[in-house]
Amino acid sequence: MSTAETVRKIVATHGKLPVDVGTIADDGDLYSAGLSSFASVQLMLAIEEEFDIEFPETMLNRGTFASIASIAKAVDTISAEQQAA
Amino acid sequence: MNIVTKAVAAELSDRARRAAKVAGEFADAVDREGRFPREGMDALKNERLMSIQVPGELGGEGASMQEIAEVCAILGQACASTAMTYAMHQIQVASIVGYSGNSAWHADFLKRLCDEQVLIASATSEAGIGGNLRNSVCAIEVDGDTVRLEKDATVISYGEMADAILITSRAHKDAPPSDQVSTLFLKGQYTLEHTRDWDTLGMRGTCSDGYIFRGEAPKEQILPRPFAEIAAESMLAVSHLLWGALWYGIAADAVNRAQSFVRAAARRQPGSTPPGALRLAEASSLLQQVKGNVVAGLRQFEEAKTDANKLSAMSFAVAMNNVKVGTSQTILTIINHCMLINGIMGYKNGTPYSLGRHLRDAHSAQLMISNDRILGNTSTMLLVHKQDTSLIG
Ligand SMILES: Cc1cc2nc3c(=O)[nH]c(=O)nc-3n(C[C@H](O)[C@H](O)[C@H](O)COP(=O)(O)OP(=O)(O)OC[C@H]3O[C@@H](n4cnc5c(N)ncnc54)[C@H](O)[C@@H]3O)c2cc1C
Repeated sequence: MSTAETVRKIVATHGKLPVDVGTIADDGDLYSAGLSSFASVQLMLAIEEEFDIEFPETMLNRGTFASIASIAKAVDTISAEQQAA
Repeated sequence: MNIVTKAVAAELSDRARRAAKVAGEFADAVDREGRFPREGMDALKNERLMSIQVPGELGGEGASMQEIAEVCAILGQACASTAMTYAMHQIQVASIVGYSGNSAWHADFLKRLCDEQVLIASATSEAGIGGNLRNSVCAIEVDGDTVRLEKDATVISYGEMADAILITSRAHKDAPPSDQVSTLFLKGQYTLEHTRDWDTLGMRGTCSDGYIFRGEAPKEQILPRPFAEIAAESMLAVSHLLWGALWYGIAADAVNRAQSFVRAAARRQPGSTPPGALRLAEASSLLQQVKGNVVAGLRQFEEAKTDANKLSAMSFAVAMNNVKVGTSQTILTIINHCMLINGIMGYKNGTPYSLGRHLRDAHSAQLMISNDRILGNTSTMLLVHKQDTSLIG
């Protein structure tokens, strides 16, 4: 499963979106789809658990959680950095 | 600060002090009668202080948030209702200046704001959602180039006196509650059906009655950027900083009154320390904490303001929430100390040492976006946010 697909599954379970995640494109805006700030934190925690990563402080901003694609990109970046370290 | 910006800041403070002097003369009457602080607000307009935040090229003075906060602190020492009205207006101006993009309509409005010193009100609160401004029940109806909105707005400060209202709603009829936009309606484009009276403990002059708002306007009056961005990057921070500044002003004036009381007692009995002196020293230390909190927040804002990522970062949101919760709690402790120092002379109205109005006005601070709600948000962020333990940063 690609990172984006896994992220999509987690968004479906933890995003608490009022719409079906299947209707949101990878680069669709999650905030306008109804992602609340509380749910975004829950989502972040679930992603950290699933990928065994920790979001650095510099990535804890609205941009990172704006879309499935931006989350997947952040996950790949962090995973690469953690493997390199 | 270089010499020129220092001179500009000093000049702004002088203008603010002149307006504050007028506001202060009417503060007790405004409070007693629960009426709009007309004299203070007219004085602010005469000093052209309504438009200082507007960029120079549109006719304003491009004042920084620190300078605006100083004006709020000066006004807070004279009349909290005038200060709050001014602060709320500046919070709306910040949203329009920062988030109207290339909208020609909003640029024209800002020019008009400078020419006519217009007053802008805010309607975020709505029946059924309380202080959770990131949710709306009402939706703006887009019909070609026209938009219509009806909102059950529980609190619109100085709604009837304002020249324009910036109002949040869902972006369209099918949008989820958090997909919001902010629209600027001009007087004449809306009606306000009065629903709730503002007969309160304090901040009585803000005249924050409730209304059913019904408006119709050209579509271009919607701010082009989503309200989610405006709230996260500007409105929350600017609100907490400007409110914090004027709350500091209320507490600073209380400490001034307590200090005069102690000094008068010391003069009557030279050689002995008056009983209130120790408590005054404690109040002074607490006041410095409040000031430090607001000033540090302002500095953080100035550093982050050109970088959307910094402004929407969790560390920034946590810091701004802490400014709000900390200042709103501590000013109550300070004013209570001052009340103990001044005794009956503080408890009574109409003495040079009266503190009733200060205490009542200050009590609104914890409720104006409930501290419990804000602490709830912060506690969620602390599940993932890692604190910066450095001292200077
Ligand atoms: C002087 C003044 C002027 C104002 N002017 C305006 C204005 O011009 N425009 C405008 O739109 N609004 C204005 N407001 C309203 C303000 O922005 C808030 O909406 C309002 O103070 C919150 O009202 P509430 O206590 O009824 O609502 P709620 O936020 O619903 O809170 C009610 C109580 O429930 C509890 N609570 C609710 N939710 C939570 C939660 N998630 N976590 C923990 N506790 C919770 C809190 O203890 C709180 O005391 C003004 C308020 C004041 C005091």
